[in-house]
Amino acid sequence: MEGYVLGNGFAALLIGLALFGSWRVRSTPFWRERVAEIVRRRPVATFVVALYVGVALLDSVAWHDALPGETSVDARSLLDRAFPSDFRERSYSAPLAAVEFYGGQPLAHPGRHLLGTDILGRDVLHLALGGARVALLIGGLTSLIAIPLAIAFGLAAGYFGGRVDDVVFLLLSTLASMPSILLLVALIMVIGRGPVQVCLALAVTSWVSFCRVVRGETLKLRELDYVQAARALGVSELRIVWRHVLPNLSHLVVITFVLTFSQLVLSEAILSWLGVGIDGSWGQMIDQARDELARDPIIGWNLAAASTALFALILAVNRVGDAVRDVLDPRTLRDSP
Amino acid sequence: MSEVLLHVEGLVTSFPGAGGTRLPVVDRVDVAVARGEAVALVGESGCGKSMTALSILGLVPKPGRIDAGSVRMAGRELRGLPVTALRRVRGAEIAMIFQEPATSLNPVQTVGAQVVEAITLHESVARGAARRRALGLFEQVGIPDPGARFVAYPHQLSGGLKQRVMIAIALAARPPLLIADEPTTALDVTIQAQILELLRRLARETGTAILLITHDLGVVNEVADRVAVMYAGRIVEEGTRAAVLGAPRHPYTQGLLRSMPARVLPGERLAEIPGVVPAPDRWPSGCRFADRCALVMDLCRAREPARTVFGSNAAACCHAVAAEAAQ
Repeated sequence: MEGYVLGNGFAALLIGLALFGSWRVRSTPFWRERVAEIVRRRPVATFVVALYVGVALLDSVAWHDALPGETSVDARSLLDRAFPSDFRERSYSAPLAAVEFYGGQPLAHPGRHLLGTDILGRDVLHLALGGARVALLIGGLTSLIAIPLAIAFGLAAGYFGGRVDDVVFLLLSTLASMPSILLLVALIMVIGRGPVQVCLALAVTSWVSFCRVVRGETLKLRELDYVQAARALGVSELRIVWRHVLPNLSHLVVITFVLTFSQLVLSEAILSWLGVGIDGSWGQMIDQARDELARDPIIGWNLAAASTALFALILAVNRVGDAVRDVLDPRTLRDSP
Repeated sequence: MSEVLLHVEGLVTSFPGAGGTRLPVVDRVDVAVARGEAVALVGESGCGKSMTALSILGLVPKPGRIDAGSVRMAGRELRGLPVTALRRVRGAEIAMIFQEPATSLNPVQTVGAQVVEAITLHESVARGAARRRALGLFEQVGIPDPGARFVAYPHQLSGGLKQRVMIAIALAARPPLLIADEPTTALDVTIQAQILELLRRLARETGTAILLITHDLGVVNEVADRVAVMYAGRIVEEGTRAAVLGAPRHPYTQGLLRSMPARVLPGERLAEIPGVVPAPDRWPSGCRFADRCALVMDLCRAREPARTVFGSNAAACCHAVAAEAAQ
């Protein structure tokens, strides 16, 4: 299957999830109030995050223009289609320049590359916007793998204790005892360098700490009165876990998701620097730009574009995450009617 | 006495003590509750009341365990039943309400959903029917505006309303026996009276028997038909409400009654029972109340007192009482 089909499917899934999520939020007074409060506290950051998500979605919906049988044309996304199809130069050009940076040859699209072009003549703005999809894929897909894993193991360990707890803790300690960067690189070497594989590797190394949190919280919830009351009512253990323990972990899940998201995007930049990142990521742009800093005169615009895009997303996500934690933290969520 | 519903005999529940010993926090306890009857289990904190209740339901927390005795519900032995069978007893035959309404409800589910869960747990009822029955229960336990409260979350309700919801949940499967563990302790006084009145009314209307666990003799006087007084894991006195509260025989019961604030005029000094309930590893070998008793004799420290029966409606375990009765 070609990559763009997967991308379309993923985009459809995300849009479906977002629609379902917003319906759930609207129909649950608790979540409706919280989400409204988050937007009220951090309007700009929420807007920026939404913007990135929008760009990433535009970049996920793609299709071929070529006629059947004609396979040489790459699938182009909605984002690609916002730029002319031949929007390339032969090499570097400065932002809004009319001529090439080295040599002064006239450009094919003079004055139209807002952020200039890179060594291969690709439009930097286009690349930077395209990086949003990769970044959100890393953050989102990795969380989607890591969080359920952490919840399953953490719940089992915390609720059932004993042997189960011992086994899970052995697993956690084993993973935690390996330097995570080494483990990451080794995993990517083994399972491959595709975007999904990198996310999988990141998930394996990042679920440990959240699993500990889930286990601890479950230990606490297990002893609470309403869990005891459910037991006295004849509710089975699995149903108690599903209906009475898991839903009470949801604030932790949301907080963890938002806070680990930015960490994951940043770890990808490190992976790119080590040469095992995902194609088209900001990390890779930054990695390539390293060499250009040594040139004379210095070419800084592609580094600046990628770094700014990365920085703005991380900052916005952290700002929103901050608000999410304030609004959902159980200590600020006391029984006030 | 009418048909016996719950019959607990010789129940011993113990926890591990120092050096591999077992400390029986519930020691050879006998309790019987007849159908439709309200029995109060009274005693200070730490005397084993709640552990008795949990033992009846087979919910003794680890590392505690039931060592001996039998728990028969409507003639069926519950001890030794497999967990799945026990689960069908919990809620359906014996329901329990807890002390803290504030924390006994799941904070992230609407109270309506929680009542519906309790209904559908033991019976296969259609969603709509379960909802209607839940609303009926809300009305029955005196929740004003049941429709609006149905979709409320626990934090949106007051303590009294939460306890009413708890009672609705407990009654959801129409159990013949309700164990109420300090149901009013966490509530303020006016709400306490309302909840007690509600329990009494429900017991009358539905024929539900109640095993009420409390340290408040005022509550006992409001609700109970019969009273069992517990001290340090043992039942020291039992009988009808009139017998135990009107003519208490055991010095511990007498002490409890004397120390009720309501019985003392303002400005007068409140009587007290000196000392505290000893921890289970410090229980004296003879009468466990000996160290705090005004009537203590040499015999009390040497041998545990046996039951002295007074007619059909009272019994007490005390050497002094036995000696007096023998005269």
